[in-house]
Amino acid sequence: MGLHAYLTLSALVFAIGLFGVLTRRNAIGILLGIELMLNAVNINLVAFSRFTGDLGGLVFSLFTISITVAEVALGLAIVIVIFRVRKTVEADRLDLLRG
Amino acid sequence: MRILVWLPLLVLGLPFASFLLLAVVPPLRRTGRGAGVISILAIAGAFLGALGVWTQGFRTESRWEWIPADGGPMATVGILVDPLSAAMLALITLVSLLVQVYSLDYLHDEPARGLGRYYAYHSLFAFSMLGLVLSPTFLQMFIFWELVGLCSYLLIGYWYDRPAAARAAVKAFWVTKLGDVGFVVGIVMLWGTTGTFDFTTLFAMARENQIPAEGLTLTLFLIYLGAVGKSAQFPLHVWLPDAMEGPTPVSALIHAATMVTAGVFLVTRAQPLFLLAPDVMGIIAAVGAFTALLAASMACVETDIKRVLAYSTVSQLGYMMTAAGLAAAAAGFFHLLTHGVFKALLFLGAGAVIHAVGTNDMFRMGGLGRAMPQTAIVFIVGTLALAGVPPLAGFFSKEAILAGVWQHGATTLFVILALTAFLTAFYMFRAVFLVFFGRAHAAGHPHDAPWLMRGPLWILAILTVAIGLRYAIGGHGDDAHPAPGWLAPFSVVLALSGIALAWAMYQRGAIEPAALSRALRPIDFMARRRYGLDALYGGLYQAFILGFSGLIGWIDRYFVDGILNVLSAWTLRGGDGLRRIQTGRAQDYLYGVAFGVLLVVVWFHWWAQ
Repeated sequence: MGLHAYLTLSALVFAIGLFGVLTRRNAIGILLGIELMLNAVNINLVAFSRFTGDLGGLVFSLFTISITVAEVALGLAIVIVIFRVRKTVEADRLDLLRG
Repeated sequence: MRILVWLPLLVLGLPFASFLLLAVVPPLRRTGRGAGVISILAIAGAFLGALGVWTQGFRTESRWEWIPADGGPMATVGILVDPLSAAMLALITLVSLLVQVYSLDYLHDEPARGLGRYYAYHSLFAFSMLGLVLSPTFLQMFIFWELVGLCSYLLIGYWYDRPAAARAAVKAFWVTKLGDVGFVVGIVMLWGTTGTFDFTTLFAMARENQIPAEGLTLTLFLIYLGAVGKSAQFPLHVWLPDAMEGPTPVSALIHAATMVTAGVFLVTRAQPLFLLAPDVMGIIAAVGAFTALLAASMACVETDIKRVLAYSTVSQLGYMMTAAGLAAAAAGFFHLLTHGVFKALLFLGAGAVIHAVGTNDMFRMGGLGRAMPQTAIVFIVGTLALAGVPPLAGFFSKEAILAGVWQHGATTLFVILALTAFLTAFYMFRAVFLVFFGRAHAAGHPHDAPWLMRGPLWILAILTVAIGLRYAIGGHGDDAHPAPGWLAPFSVVLALSGIALAWAMYQRGAIEPAALSRALRPIDFMARRRYGLDALYGGLYQAFILGFSGLIGWIDRYFVDGILNVLSAWTLRGGDGLRRIQTGRAQDYLYGVAFGVLLVVVWFHWWAQ
């Protein structure tokens, strides 16, 4: 299998993640979408690292994974706080920024 | 010899110190009569100083740098004492002193704080007027010139809650400003061609013919315009009769004896310059004579005693200007001094009458000669002086002017002035007969004024007689214009015939006044309407100023504001539209981000290489 197959997979995962982020109404679902998009990036990094022999890609993917962990922890904490305050995590209801 | 400098400075400084004291120490001002005493003490000191300056007869000039510049200061301030300004110093301080003393009783019903304000203005006026006559440069003179205009405005509008007084004050201010614009442009033009404001330097240049003749006529005409406004010459005389809305002592001081003579003083002071422009001199003389006759005719039909005196002042100022315009400035200045004394006397006398009967209308007075004999005597002394009956002061000064005019060969002007002299005698004795003789119309029990008011009246009356007697005995001081032998009897006959006509009409009843006014219907009609000048100015104001303002207002409201209104409306509407994009949902923003990224990608892919 060539690089293209990995890149296609990565693009698909990214697109699915973006679709989830844009369409899910639940905040948890949105976080899941973001997870997918980040992992699509990881696939990209690892694939390029494998096909060019550059170890930088691996290092970066490791960084990404650890940052993702932190992001999920923070994101979930925020979601919980929002739920406590607003009694909902429906993204449509959270429109305090409306002009 | 430092006294030469500090004595005039003391005269100038005392009223200013009094003004500062009253202006910056409100408790002092609110004492009313106390403030008056301070002001009177200051002006009394100034009067003694001025007497010293005048009797010593010294000349002095002092200058201090004001606006320094490369190659000598651009402007200086200082004092210039010569016989001209010394005589003015004596007149101004004397009349100021008497008027301020007189006001103490005349305005005794005023609230204390109003009286304090009144005396603060009076001190400021005395300072400004003294500064004006002591000025050695045109620039300094202009500054004091404006200051006296300001004081005139403040004092005419002293009863500012009376609409008529407030209007009169504004009218006086604006009409005189019209002339002052010419004045300031004139002195700047003069500075432009000669490079100096200084009288002494300018006169020296005039003597040696170093002043470029080109444009000089226009320059001097513009300077003369300042005098037209201040000295109430035709066609800017309309403010002076209205200025009578101020308290009577103010009219006596500012609008008879001192400030209105500033124009005559200016022309007299700058005589060496005006002599270089015969055309301007001709205009000055002609306008002066015309003003004299015009104002005299209006005085004949006026019923308000103060307005009669106001028109008489305009008329006498015309006399002085005619003399100044015919190179007989000394005669004009002599008339200025004597007129200052007896016209102040007449105004203060009229004030005493108004104080007693509470009206200005002469037809509602009458028979006051028995009720207030002292006032009647001094008023008649002043009237005789103004009418030109020997041996009173007015006779000699008026004769000097007539002699000067005759010497100059200006027959037309001589006839006009002679006619004016006749009218002067007529309208002044019309006033005397209406007020002091005949049947009493006034209600209440009029009586002579208290001694603080009577004192100044007697002093002025005695001075009027004394000056006249001094010239009757000592002969004419001024031999520059020897009078022809027939002139003195001629002017006496003029005065007596005017008096006789007034007697026949208003005392004896031999000639019905209504019949005379029917016979002179066109003149009577016009004079009663003040020759339509006020109406003309009102119409011009409404047509041009208000029309122009309306146009400017329309442009401002609909064009200038319109552009801004359209801009702001568009901004508002655009903002309202853009507001709807901000839904507040994070996902909608993400749509934007994703779509934007897509656009960037597409753009890079197809258009950018």
